[in-house]
Amino acid sequence: MRDGARHLYVHLPFCASRCGYCDFVTVVGHADLHQAYVDALLGELAFEQHLLAPELESIYLGGGTPTLTAPAELERLLAALPPAHEVTVEANPETVTPSLAALLSRNGVDRVSIGAQSFNTALLDVLDRRARPDDVRLAMQRLRDAGIDNRSLDLIYGIPGQTPADLARDLDEALGLEPEHISAYELEAKPGTRFTHAHGAELLRQADELESYIEHVVERLTAAGYRWYETANFCRRSDRAGGRDLRTRHNLGYWLGHDYLGLGVGAVSTIENRRWRNAPSIHRYVAAHSRGARPDRELEVLSASDRATERVMLGLRLDEPLPLADLGDVVDGAALDRLAQGGLAVHREASVTLTPRGRLLGGGVTARLLA
Amino acid sequence: MDQSHIRNFSIIAHIDHGKSTLADRILQLTETVSARDMRDQMLDSMELERERGITIKAQAVRVHWKGHELNLIDTPGHVDFTYEVSRSLQACEGALLVVDAAQGIEAQTLANAYLAIENNLEIVPVVNKIDLPQADPDGAAAEVADLIGDDPGNVLRISAKTGQGVDAVLDAIIARIPTPTGEPDASPRALIFDSSYDQYRGVVAFVRVVDGVFRPREHLRAMALGTRFEAQEIGFMSPAMRPVQELQAGEVGYVITGLKDVSELRVGDTLTAEKRAASAPLPGYKDVKPMVFAGLFPTDSDDYPELRDALEKLKLNDAALFYEPETSQALGFGFRCGFLGLLHMEIVRERLEREFDLDLLVTAPNVAYRVKPLNEEWVEVHTPADLPDAFDEVEEPYIKASIIVPKEFVGAVMELNNDRRGKFDHLEYLSEQRVHLTYELPLAEIVLDYYDQLKSRTRGYASFDYDLAGFRPGNLARVDILVGGEPVDALSLILHRDFAYERGKALVEKLREEIPRQMFDVAIQAAVGARIIARETVKARRKDVLAKCYGGDITRKRKLLEKQKAGKKRMKQVGGVEVPQEAFLAVLNLNDVAKR
Repeated sequence: MRDGARHLYVHLPFCASRCGYCDFVTVVGHADLHQAYVDALLGELAFEQHLLAPELESIYLGGGTPTLTAPAELERLLAALPPAHEVTVEANPETVTPSLAALLSRNGVDRVSIGAQSFNTALLDVLDRRARPDDVRLAMQRLRDAGIDNRSLDLIYGIPGQTPADLARDLDEALGLEPEHISAYELEAKPGTRFTHAHGAELLRQADELESYIEHVVERLTAAGYRWYETANFCRRSDRAGGRDLRTRHNLGYWLGHDYLGLGVGAVSTIENRRWRNAPSIHRYVAAHSRGARPDRELEVLSASDRATERVMLGLRLDEPLPLADLGDVVDGAALDRLAQGGLAVHREASVTLTPRGRLLGGGVTARLLA
Repeated sequence: MDQSHIRNFSIIAHIDHGKSTLADRILQLTETVSARDMRDQMLDSMELERERGITIKAQAVRVHWKGHELNLIDTPGHVDFTYEVSRSLQACEGALLVVDAAQGIEAQTLANAYLAIENNLEIVPVVNKIDLPQADPDGAAAEVADLIGDDPGNVLRISAKTGQGVDAVLDAIIARIPTPTGEPDASPRALIFDSSYDQYRGVVAFVRVVDGVFRPREHLRAMALGTRFEAQEIGFMSPAMRPVQELQAGEVGYVITGLKDVSELRVGDTLTAEKRAASAPLPGYKDVKPMVFAGLFPTDSDDYPELRDALEKLKLNDAALFYEPETSQALGFGFRCGFLGLLHMEIVRERLEREFDLDLLVTAPNVAYRVKPLNEEWVEVHTPADLPDAFDEVEEPYIKASIIVPKEFVGAVMELNNDRRGKFDHLEYLSEQRVHLTYELPLAEIVLDYYDQLKSRTRGYASFDYDLAGFRPGNLARVDILVGGEPVDALSLILHRDFAYERGKALVEKLREEIPRQMFDVAIQAAVGARIIARETVKARRKDVLAKCYGGDITRKRKLLEKQKAGKKRMKQVGGVEVPQEAFLAVLNLNDVAKR
């Protein structure tokens, strides 16, 4: 074991309702399980503590809707977690009350990611989102009032029925709230989901138009002083943020290929050449804990070339150069030259950086770069 | 046997007019085959032949009837084998012209009847299937009589199926067909009218002895090709092989040569004995050349060795089949094959797929071209991409097409032929209802879908046959298809200049539909020389990236990527463009092309 993982993920699956497009492990209802689940999380942490570095760079509480967890349990969990340089909690706007903001703040949370998705009520309905645009505005204000000054907004674009004008309005609304960070995702309609069943035809009809949406997003946000540091992620440029680097340290850990430990149902950990995913059933997760056992998990052994492949796949999503030195022979030099000639990549010394167009075509570029 | 007791004859009939059934009845009636051994279409020994109802390889069978020796020489039934048919006919003194009592004369009957008349054969007209409810024996007899200038009363009326009238046919053969008139004491000469390959005994030649006598163990020579061999066995077929010590003038039989390659012995060549050599061969030998060419590629490139072996084996029995290795950017390794005509191509393809269990892609066929490059000698070109950019002259093969249709379709046929650069030659009423049209057409215009078009425009009533009519100058150009600025060899075409734009445009449009969008704009062009005549663009993708990727789904996304990577590997690279094999197939596959 090297120094241990410096990134910790904790999964809190509870949701008030399930959104049609969501494919995360979530649990609706079961308020009775919150206490047992937090117990089980802490039990798993005790089992895996030895895998963590003495000093953590980041903790990320994702979901589900972590802020829907009973406040007492959420507080008990946060208090029990080791300290870290960045502690993020995901929140749905309507859950951010003044008391929740205060709870987070006093327990070391310094970053909150708000699932805004859109400021258009009709489109929010399409997504099954409960929060209204005013909830987002209030949440942002309450977090700042509680002293949390690293606030991220999640936006979704490419919603069935969304016009380019709708998208422009959403971006303007989001920018008006001056978030430190914005994540903007194109809606992924997963085959077989209720959502795709209902909206697949409309998405297909819109397909050509949707291609240009990511360009609008990048143009608008970069023009407003945000750094497009990852395919779907933007943060206020440091020269407009008092010199702060507002990129998420936690997610950067994934994109830079760092080790991470994940706790909770469906959580994934990657430590050196081993990756495991906890089973998704909350009942079995809790039951394993009560037996004093580790949760069920699925193990995957990663070869050196798997990890190198992932480094390329993830590293090319960033705006910073990807060093080629540690990647062995997974990168096809001839393909790199062709991509450079085509204006999609810049090959400088021992690194490769994608151009803006290269980043928009990052999937195809990556597939060609890998030998 | 004395020549006066020998009769050599063929049966000329359109497909399905009953040739094989009549042959079966003759074998039965003459007790050549016992009732116990009899099976349908006895002489069509290949599985495929029986299923298609056609005979590819001629065979000869000897029967006895009322003190005479009758040799039935079976002729191949199709246009592509006209030369083989003519050699079979040359081996006979007479022919039964069999016509279906319900269908009347068809184009193919006509073509072969003319061939028989040209070869000075005595024609015995027979109307078959008189037992069918829709039969019109009088009408059919009148047509046949008119064709050969005979009295309708002399037309025999039979049912090969029931056997009714078949004995009269045998009697007529003896009564009407002349006896052979060779010189029994002259130097031996025998006409090779067919050959086949036996894996144990080598090449077997089927011959008609014209002069003199042939004996086993003698050293023989094929006079045109100069091939020498020892006759390991001679004999006749009845229908099994029966060795004999002598084949005399007038007789028909086989010679086992021990040769290992059918191409050493050509149909139409003359056999003679080395030590008693004839001074001159029999007339009429021709070197038949393939006129239709197509690329054959295994669908799975791993099957290339199997395809090569299969072609080698087919070639053993088919001297007319030509093939050479061909490498295509688009389709990988395969063979450029030459065929006598379309049916020959279809037969080879079916045999490869059926007997050798190969999955094949057959490219759209093209014809042979003769071209005189600038300041150079004439050469023959079998692949469009080989036509030079600049040339003095180019020639393409023409055919003389013979089409018989009910009169109401004459207009439709004329229109089709005009569309296909046809030149009207002749129109004649065979009866009040049926018209015989002859046209000259470039062979290139019929190799793709002409026959299908003809059938559909005449609701299936047209019958069609053709004869090659030699090479003629053409206003032709090579159209190249360029993808990403690079020509795709397999997609080049030779076309009449008037059609270049239209076809080029159609191909380019089809390809645009088939090539997926890439990271760059992809130009698809059709060009004649340096001039672009059509262009389409596959617009570049603007976005191709996963919306998100975090710790929980890295494995899944990596696997997705690996799948995508494997997909890319299966693409063909042309001019920096990734083209799925299916895109080429869509524009190249013979079936699809013909459907358009």
